[in-house]
Amino acid sequence: MTPVTAPVLSSGDWGVIFAQYLLLSLLSIGGAIGTAPEMHRFLVEQHHWMTNEQFSASVAIAQAAPGPNLLFVAVLGWGLGGFFGMCVTMTGILLPSTTLTLAAARWGEARRGTRGVQAFVAGMAPLTVGLVLSSGFILGKPAYGSPWLFATMAATVAACLATKVSPLWLIAAGGLVGAFLA
Amino acid sequence: MTPPDTPIASAAAPSPLPAAGESLSGAAAAPADSPHSVLADDALRVPGSPGEIFRVFTRLALQGFGGVLPIAQRELVERERWLTREQFLELLAVSQVLPGPNVVNLSLMFGDRAFGWRGGLAALGGMILAPWCIVLALTVVYAHYAQHPVVAGALRGMGAAAAGLILATGIKLLTALRRSALGASTAVALAALMFVCIALLRVPLAWMLAGLGGLACLAAWRRLAP
Repeated sequence: MTPVTAPVLSSGDWGVIFAQYLLLSLLSIGGAIGTAPEMHRFLVEQHHWMTNEQFSASVAIAQAAPGPNLLFVAVLGWGLGGFFGMCVTMTGILLPSTTLTLAAARWGEARRGTRGVQAFVAGMAPLTVGLVLSSGFILGKPAYGSPWLFATMAATVAACLATKVSPLWLIAAGGLVGAFLA
Repeated sequence: MTPPDTPIASAAAPSPLPAAGESLSGAAAAPADSPHSVLADDALRVPGSPGEIFRVFTRLALQGFGGVLPIAQRELVERERWLTREQFLELLAVSQVLPGPNVVNLSLMFGDRAFGWRGGLAALGGMILAPWCIVLALTVVYAHYAQHPVVAGALRGMGAAAAGLILATGIKLLTALRRSALGASTAVALAALMFVCIALLRVPLAWMLAGLGGLACLAAWRRLAP
C-alpha cells in the first residue's frame, strides 16, 4: 500500500477542489456514491493527488462506520489535507444541495405528480444505475491485480445478491481475507 | 424500495426507480391538498423541539450500518410515529428528485416542516455529526497504522468487499429498471451506455447528465404523454 501522505496543495488547488465539490453537490442526483466515479476521475486520474488504493480504502472506512455513506467524502478530504481538507470537501458537497433542498422542497412537493417531474425521475433513473455500477467497478480497481481480492469482491457480490447477510459482515470478511491471505 | 440489505441504500440510492414510481403514485392517492395531515391523524405524534429531532436523528444514524434509509423508515414511521408510511414515501420521492444524498435531503425536509430551518439543521446535524466523528476517529486510527502490513491488507480487503457491495446494489437496481416509463430495454441500454462512458471512457459527469440525461428525460416526457 502506498504510504498515506497528504499531497502538497496550494491555495489555488484548494479553490479548485472546493469548486469541484460544489459542482458535484449539484450533480449528485440519486445519491452520493453516484459521484464517486467523478471524484475518482478528478482526484486520482486528473490530479494524481491520491492513489487507487487510497481512494478505495477511504470508501471502505466510511462503509465500515454507521451513518450516511456520504461520509466517504469526509475521508477523502482528510486524505487530501487533514481536518481542513475534510471541512473543504464536506462543505462543498453539502452547501449547494442543502440550500437548494431547503429552497425547493415545497416547490417540488407541490409538483411531484406532474409530468415534468415524473419525466425527470424516469429519465435520470437509468443513469443513476449506470453510475452505481461505475462506482463498484472503479472502487474494485485495486482488486483486479490480486486473485484473492478479486475473489473477495466476486464473493461479496454473490453473497449480497443471494442472501440477506448484513453488509457489515461482508466488509469484515473482506478485511480478514485482506489482512491474512491477500 | 431499496432492500434493507443493500450497502448504500441511503446514499447511492437508486432513486428514481420503481421506488419513486410507487411513492409517486402513493402520494397521488393521498389527499393532495393536505400535506400536513399529520395533525389530522391522532395516532401520529409531533416532534416536541429541534433538540428532540436532533436526538432521534442521531439515534437512527448510529444504527445505520450500510445504509440509513431502512432505519429511518423504522424509527420515524414505526417507533416515533412522526410520519405515516405514505408521508415517508412522499418525502423520499421529493428528496430523490433534488440533488444531494437522499437521507440528507429527507432529514432537511422533515425538520423544515416541523420547525423551519432550525428544525432542518437539527435533523441534518443529527444525521451526520455523530457518524462523522466516528468516521474521523477510524480515519485517524487508520492513518496511524496504515504502514502496518496487516492493517493495509485489511483495508484492501474491505475495499474489495465495499466495491462488491456497490456492484451488487447496481445489479439489483438494474432489475428494477424493468418498470421504467422508458421501457425496460431502453432503460437498460441507457444504464449500460452510462457505465461505458463514466467507468471506461471517463467522460466528465456534467457532460453525461446534461447530454444523455437531457435526452433521456425528453424521451420519458414524450412517453408519459397523456
